[in-house]
Amino acid sequence: MTSVHPVLEVRDLHVGFGPRKGGVPEVRAVDGVELTAERGQIIALAGESGCGKTTLARTLLGLAQPWRGQVLYHGTPLDYRNSALKAYRRKVQLVLQDPTGALNPRRTVYEAVAEGLRIHRVPGDERAKVAQALSLAGLRPAENFFGRYPHELSGGQRQRVVIAGALVLNPEVIVADEPVSSLDASVRGEILALLMSLRDELGLTVLVVTHDLGLAWNIADQLAVMYLGRIVEIGRTEQVLAAPKHPYTEALLSVLPETRHREPVILTGEAPDPRHIPDGCRFHPRCPALTDGRAQRAGVADRCVGEPLQMLPLHRAHAAACLLPGHVGDGIAGAAGGVPTGVTAS
Amino acid sequence: MTLLEIQDLHVDYRIAGGLLPAVRGVDLTVGKGQILGVAGESGCGKSTLAGAVLRLLPASTAVRGRISLHGEDVLGMSWGRLRAVRWSAASIVFQGAMSGLNPVHRIGDQIAEPILLHGTPAQRKAGRKALAGKVGELLESVGVPAWRAQSYPHELSGGQRQRVMIAMALACEPDLIIADEPTTALDVMVQAQVMALLKSLVTERGVGMMLISHDLSVLSHVCDRVAVMYAGRIVEEGPAGTLFTDACHPYAKALAGAFPVIGDMASRRAPRGLPGDPPYPLDLPGGCPFHPRCAVAIEQCATEDVRLRPAAPGRAAACVHVGVASESATALENLR
Repeated sequence: MTSVHPVLEVRDLHVGFGPRKGGVPEVRAVDGVELTAERGQIIALAGESGCGKTTLARTLLGLAQPWRGQVLYHGTPLDYRNSALKAYRRKVQLVLQDPTGALNPRRTVYEAVAEGLRIHRVPGDERAKVAQALSLAGLRPAENFFGRYPHELSGGQRQRVVIAGALVLNPEVIVADEPVSSLDASVRGEILALLMSLRDELGLTVLVVTHDLGLAWNIADQLAVMYLGRIVEIGRTEQVLAAPKHPYTEALLSVLPETRHREPVILTGEAPDPRHIPDGCRFHPRCPALTDGRAQRAGVADRCVGEPLQMLPLHRAHAAACLLPGHVGDGIAGAAGGVPTGVTAS
Repeated sequence: MTLLEIQDLHVDYRIAGGLLPAVRGVDLTVGKGQILGVAGESGCGKSTLAGAVLRLLPASTAVRGRISLHGEDVLGMSWGRLRAVRWSAASIVFQGAMSGLNPVHRIGDQIAEPILLHGTPAQRKAGRKALAGKVGELLESVGVPAWRAQSYPHELSGGQRQRVMIAMALACEPDLIIADEPTTALDVMVQAQVMALLKSLVTERGVGMMLISHDLSVLSHVCDRVAVMYAGRIVEEGPAGTLFTDACHPYAKALAGAFPVIGDMASRRAPRGLPGDPPYPLDLPGGCPFHPRCAVAIEQCATEDVRLRPAAPGRAAACVHVGVASESATALENLR
């Protein structure tokens, strides 16, 4: 580790869009998030469409600027001037969902991978660097792929080319936005295995944005579940998925076809609008704990509806933004401080 | 009672280089009140199969075999009869509700259209008021408020649009619904809502359904039976639950393994995939089309094109290792 600071750190992050009223943007896409990413960690950001997970990823890449809070890279706040951002983006690379859309159909694999090297004017043997990136991404022998066009490749191979394009710059962090959701089931596992091996071999930090909790179970060390701009539950993947604390995580898990033993909790309605974030706990209008009386029995129902919840703090082993007993609201979730990865399952 | 019976269906697309075999000999049946799942990856022929049932494929496509709906031969139907059968006897819910609806027409008018064009004479002659009532009823039945009939597609969320597509498919009260990836673009929670809706339609109205998806785990949850397709053929068919947890065919097993079971430590930090890519239909490998990617392939697989054979009561799989008590069966067992 080159510094005592985590590779990436997010503090009190608020990102919004649209006209501002009293300094607050109309659409509060990310509305108070704290997160750290250590070297060699795979973190999954999960949630439904509109929960702010993609905006959070874009902010980590410097593609969106927060109106409050900051992104820290090795402890230094992100500098949004063009030249500084360019250097930053060499170290923090993006892999998008749809490889067919991400690749120019008229450029060969070689050109697609070499583009980053040219943009950043990286000195040295371009051919060797491209070949190395392609073979790291599992396209071997790399030379055979140099002259091929995207339409000559399968979906899985295209995604490997996109990943090679990110690897060629020797990044520290890869932010992958739904990296496998447009791929076939049999290819999915292969690409996820590739992300894991890159972490193991190169010590890459990987942030995966996904709606798929199964993906998190497959590869992620840490899992953060987002709802309406906030992280509502975070912890080691095993803990969050095996013993979810937040009713929203519970509901998400219960509707997965693989988890038959749980009674499915199908939330009514759709993910609400970041223009109109409800008062109190932002999940309360859809919360099953309020409708089934759990919140009333615990005597927190009024607070759920009326009292704004604290943002989940950093360095919690396993925490959920919920007032129900055993959750962070009453201050007992997980062990006290400590770096999340070091804590054993409770 | 058998609603839909497909026998030895072959579908070839005519392309510049000749004929491209998309479906190569498929047999399937769907009964009343039954959901049949068809699983497979892109290019396996599952959507072609769906289109063939109502003859929705391009006119140049060569379709052979037999498709009977209520005992009536679909492939031999006159165009007039086919028009009457579409929507009223069988309807399709396509994938991608975003593009399935016309952006410049109100939802209500789009749902009313099949009723006006394909409904019973009584339905067609009923006044505007009765029609609006029927549309409202259909919307309510899929969980969309009736006043939404006045909305345009862009005013609805993805899940609501998909529900509208389902309402349209129900408009003429068909006995058979074919749903092609109805939840693919939707969030998990909305997917669960739509799947619960489809399931309730089958139990309450007794319709038959053919549900097509790439996601074997979803199918195993909703369907009665599931057929897994590979390279234009069914490679395994059986009861939904056992097929997902205990597949016979190595491909079906790999497909099931690609969807991790949360809480199962075997899949924790161990994503499972299948090396290689599906074959191009014009360049199918000899013998079993799956043998180049198969972990338990033996010499015989490169030459013998195995067809579906009984694997257990009510189950069939197209694999040399199936149905024979020998070393090869043990090899397959070890793959688990």
